[in-house]
Amino acid sequence: MELLVSDAQFDSGSRWLLFHAVAVFAFLYLPIAVLILYSFNGEGVGGFPPHHLTLDWYRLLFADAPIWDSVLNSLQVAFAAMVISLTFGVPAALALERAQFPGKALFRRLVLLPLILPGIITGLSLLMLFNVTGTELSLMTIILGHGTALISVATTEVFAGLQKLDRAQEEASLDLGANYWQTFWRITVPNLKLPIIGAALLIFTLSMDEIAVSFFLIGRDNTLPLEIWGRLRRGITPEINAVSTIIFLFSLIAIVFWYRLRMRSERTTDAGAEIVAVVEGDPA
Amino acid sequence: MFSRAYKAAVTLPPLIWVTAFLLMPYLLMFCYSFWSVSAAQTIEHSWNLSNYGQLLRVDVYWQTLLRSMWIAARVTIFSLLLGYPLAYFLSFYAGRKKDLLYQLVIIPLWVSYLVRAYAWKTILGSDGVLNTLLQYVRLTKHPLEFLLYSPFAVVLTLTHIYTPFAFLPIYAALEHIPRNLVEASHDLGATPGQTFWKVIFPLSIPGVVAGATFAFVLSLGDFLAPLLLGGPSGIMISNIVVSLFGAAYNWPLGAAISFCMLLLVVSLLFFSERLEKKWSFS
Repeated sequence: MELLVSDAQFDSGSRWLLFHAVAVFAFLYLPIAVLILYSFNGEGVGGFPPHHLTLDWYRLLFADAPIWDSVLNSLQVAFAAMVISLTFGVPAALALERAQFPGKALFRRLVLLPLILPGIITGLSLLMLFNVTGTELSLMTIILGHGTALISVATTEVFAGLQKLDRAQEEASLDLGANYWQTFWRITVPNLKLPIIGAALLIFTLSMDEIAVSFFLIGRDNTLPLEIWGRLRRGITPEINAVSTIIFLFSLIAIVFWYRLRMRSERTTDAGAEIVAVVEGDPA
Repeated sequence: MFSRAYKAAVTLPPLIWVTAFLLMPYLLMFCYSFWSVSAAQTIEHSWNLSNYGQLLRVDVYWQTLLRSMWIAARVTIFSLLLGYPLAYFLSFYAGRKKDLLYQLVIIPLWVSYLVRAYAWKTILGSDGVLNTLLQYVRLTKHPLEFLLYSPFAVVLTLTHIYTPFAFLPIYAALEHIPRNLVEASHDLGATPGQTFWKVIFPLSIPGVVAGATFAFVLSLGDFLAPLLLGGPSGIMISNIVVSLFGAAYNWPLGAAISFCMLLLVVSLLFFSERLEKKWSFS
């Protein structure tokens, strides 16, 4: 686009655009910067300028048993939700790409809906189901909620991978006498390794952060976001900033890991493309 | 090449799971919306439309729904105003830094929703970062009270959260525009402004529609930001649903409101899909 940039009129336009971009980035990162900065502030969560920089809040945090219990709960939930979403999301992608059956359009919409539907509707409808069936609320009900809602992520990821997959390999495998089960595990899954790992990471992270669905399905044991939520209602200290900063660091590590995986594959799609696909109603 | 058995094996398990844990719950919500609560606080399974009647009759319900839509509309407009020029800048001017900047827009998406809402609370509060900063530099003598516990705080926070969502589809649409169209327009003597409004913008409309849908739908159903930052004047429709399922204990009425929201969301998705198809060029 050198052509356009050299244009005098566009030049002033692009300077304005640059200024706008800097402002938007500042807006996006301001709260995160404040959050991290004040996790070291001895005087509490507000107050300018910050002073008495300290690590006390982190020390307090590491001695805080309920927080760590909730972290353990969240890890369990995220892991189990990941297993459920992949177990049903991968076949769902295969079904959408390879099978024709009555109600397929409805099935596709239903699977993808939780990605765009406000969590309150998914959470409440499941709450009613558990209520009618007499299921006691516990971490298990949260796992079922997350696992079901996040099938959508596994399906979109794997479906995108499937469309780039060369079917000749599977065909050859079948021709050479392997059965479908062997072909699935030895050809299909290894070829979809990257989308599946990508989906697993995304599901894990989304589940660790999820609060709107968990809000309604919580039993006695808290997940980390709900533990934080409970504390926010009671009054806030920089300990919350400290735990948020640590979560942020772990999310960053997950992102870097994820993008490295992406770079190794030739795929150009990513979380952004996935969101686009979902809004536009793909996989069609 | 795939046998019937293969197709059945990949179709049936997810079909059954999704029917049990998505379709059934939505249908159950629909059923609940016709039931009622007896004086003894049990659910009466008698079918009538009184919950829907109440939604129309009692002012607070439809007024709150309208206010929520107004908040969601403002969030959508601000997200587009922030997201579109940013996407345009990245797609057409960022050169080699494009990929890096793109990742920078995505990263905040990975920071917990709750954590970001909380961060705004610590910024906007009366002892918060912004108010104490303003007093420190002597711009104001007293803290500005309207910053927190107001619709303003909710709109600001939700705009912060949904701007990346609005940005992504717009950026994808802009990236898909064949660059030779832009060059052709330029070569044929169009000014940069004409090129933008007659070539680039119309081709990016599907992305704008997708981004707007995302921002509107997700902020419409939000209840955590209003609880945390909204105060009494920032209450949204989902907060009413939460209280109906909690302290007010009227699940059927809550189900009726939820079901209306579900219908609203599904019809919005339907229309945005139609709009995108109409405007897409490929």
